[in-house]
Amino acid sequence: MSNQSKHRSNTKMVPVPSGSIVPERDFNEIPVLETRHLGIEFGGLKAVDDFNLTIGKTEIAGLIGPNGAGKTTVFNLITKVYEPTSGAALINGRDLHGLNIVQASKLGLARTFQNIRLFGNMTVEENVRIGLHNQIKYDMFSGILRLPRYWIQENKQHEKTLELLHIFDMEKLADERAGSLPYGVQRRLEIVRALATNPKLLLLDEPAAGMNPRETEELMENIAKIRDQFQIAILLIEHDMNLVMGVCEGICVLNFGRVIAKGTADEIQRNPVVIEAYLGKKKEAQA
Amino acid sequence: MKMTRAKRSKIIYNIVTFALVIGAFFILQSMIDAKTISRSLKGQLVPICCWIVMAVSLNLVIGISGELSLGHAGFMSVGAYTGAVISGVLVNLYGVQDTTLRLVIAIAAGGVMAGIVGALIGIPVLRLRGDYLAIVTLAFGEIIRNLVNVLYIGTGDGRVYSSILNKKLPEGVTMLVDGAKGAVKIKPISTFMAGFILILITLVVVLNLVNSRAGRAIKATRDNRIAAESMGVNVTKYKMMAFVTAAVLAGMAGALYGLNSSTVVPTQFTFNQSINVLVFVVLGGLGNILGSVISATALTVLPEVLRAFADYRMLVYAVVLILVMIFTNNPTIRAITSRLFAPLKSFFRRAAKYAPAVGGAVKELGGEEEGEEQKHE
Repeated sequence: MSNQSKHRSNTKMVPVPSGSIVPERDFNEIPVLETRHLGIEFGGLKAVDDFNLTIGKTEIAGLIGPNGAGKTTVFNLITKVYEPTSGAALINGRDLHGLNIVQASKLGLARTFQNIRLFGNMTVEENVRIGLHNQIKYDMFSGILRLPRYWIQENKQHEKTLELLHIFDMEKLADERAGSLPYGVQRRLEIVRALATNPKLLLLDEPAAGMNPRETEELMENIAKIRDQFQIAILLIEHDMNLVMGVCEGICVLNFGRVIAKGTADEIQRNPVVIEAYLGKKKEAQA
Repeated sequence: MKMTRAKRSKIIYNIVTFALVIGAFFILQSMIDAKTISRSLKGQLVPICCWIVMAVSLNLVIGISGELSLGHAGFMSVGAYTGAVISGVLVNLYGVQDTTLRLVIAIAAGGVMAGIVGALIGIPVLRLRGDYLAIVTLAFGEIIRNLVNVLYIGTGDGRVYSSILNKKLPEGVTMLVDGAKGAVKIKPISTFMAGFILILITLVVVLNLVNSRAGRAIKATRDNRIAAESMGVNVTKYKMMAFVTAAVLAGMAGALYGLNSSTVVPTQFTFNQSINVLVFVVLGGLGNILGSVISATALTVLPEVLRAFADYRMLVYAVVLILVMIFTNNPTIRAITSRLFAPLKSFFRRAAKYAPAVGGAVKELGGEEEGEEQKHE
């Protein structure tokens, strides 16, 4: 419990018209993400229903909830892996309707995956370079004919890659095969790769899964560092409450596909509905 | 620029590949000049070049981009017929006698034509996920074979006549493509030199493509499609790039192959032939370009050498394929082989360390390591 208070940010959260809260510093900015009554049905089952969330420009937000609450489905809706059956999602005020995964990514969305999805047969450096795919470009013919542009851009990619890997002190691993890295390192590499796409909103799906307490502690510091350095918003799904309560400014709780609570870490921890969702009814919990 | 370990091994791999091809060419060329080469091997030279190009280009689709294509011979067929017709038209209508010029134009045309056909197939199919490409290319190979079976093209009166299904060409036309008889009266103009240059072009295109931004996107798509899309990689575009590039190269190989003999018949490019190329690729190793070059050469030469056992070729193929799969996928056997090769590897590493040519690059890895090595000795 002691390390919680060490990290807890004392951000002042203010309400916005949509009913969510954002950090006061982001109040006058266009929210990086705004979902309006977002929902999806799978053959009559409402996996996510009436999901409303606003995330400020530099906010670190958390999305929590019991297993099967629909958290990853929300990520898949925002990143357009699924097409929502109702509602809308806006990135920096731009509606995502009708866009595909690639176009959504180009608007400034980047994510990591719950079940790690690295390019296992490629090196760490190559993985990060895929993140730079739309940042440092040259066409196929410059590549095949090795025109000057190829060398210039490849050099730029190489330097940028090392710079990004430096965030997690992973420069030495640049030549390793991504698939052969330890689990925790793979998770970090996924974050670096996502950051390489120069996102406005970074979606982290259980970044601390499989990490030991010390690694989690480090990750927490790094998440805050990334936000400060890149001035981006981060939305994370996580079951490790130390991490969520420690680093998240606004927290949204999901249960059975519906938002049951929104607020700061303190508010969420005191919220009886949240406690009930996690532990069952109060009487049973006490008994 | 600082050279990383991965980059250096890539460069070494490329140098070995090119050195092998160029070395083999000069040895064979000098054997031809000295007339010490056997007739059967000399006749095999151009086909070997064609099959190497076929194998390398199919490896781009299967090994690098991770899609299964079962109609690669179809593209070769398109190239062969296009090349034969273009060459015939150039002679009959335009009186182009320069064989080199004709060959270059014919090969280029074969590549372009096969590329167009490849794009037509790829545009609808590569949008889908799963093994649809295998099914469609399989069908494509058969369709092309049946199509050229009823294709009639001839020249006369200063123009090109063509008809399909029925031979409806006027009398006195010089036939270029005569239905089931195939492309006829071709004047063989392919040379070993042309084949060699085509291999070099293929290697440059494929190896440079693989080690570039586009190539990484292709490999990323193979490793994890969803992740690649989430990183903003246009998956369909890069699958198309690999597929069409492979089709172009196969078409060029086809044109060279077609212009190497006096006739091209539809039955030369059957499903079996596609599978043959697939065997080259699998035997050489998926994604391993040098492996494709070696296996294509070996498996083209071997049947000629072992002509007496030619009947058992398919049987041997099956057995060899199964063995290769066991050897490359069984962890125990892999561990044993890697242990067997470990001394060899460390020898090479040490040799590289003390070789002055690469010494500069190695020093960057850190002087400590080297110092320790010396202590041990």
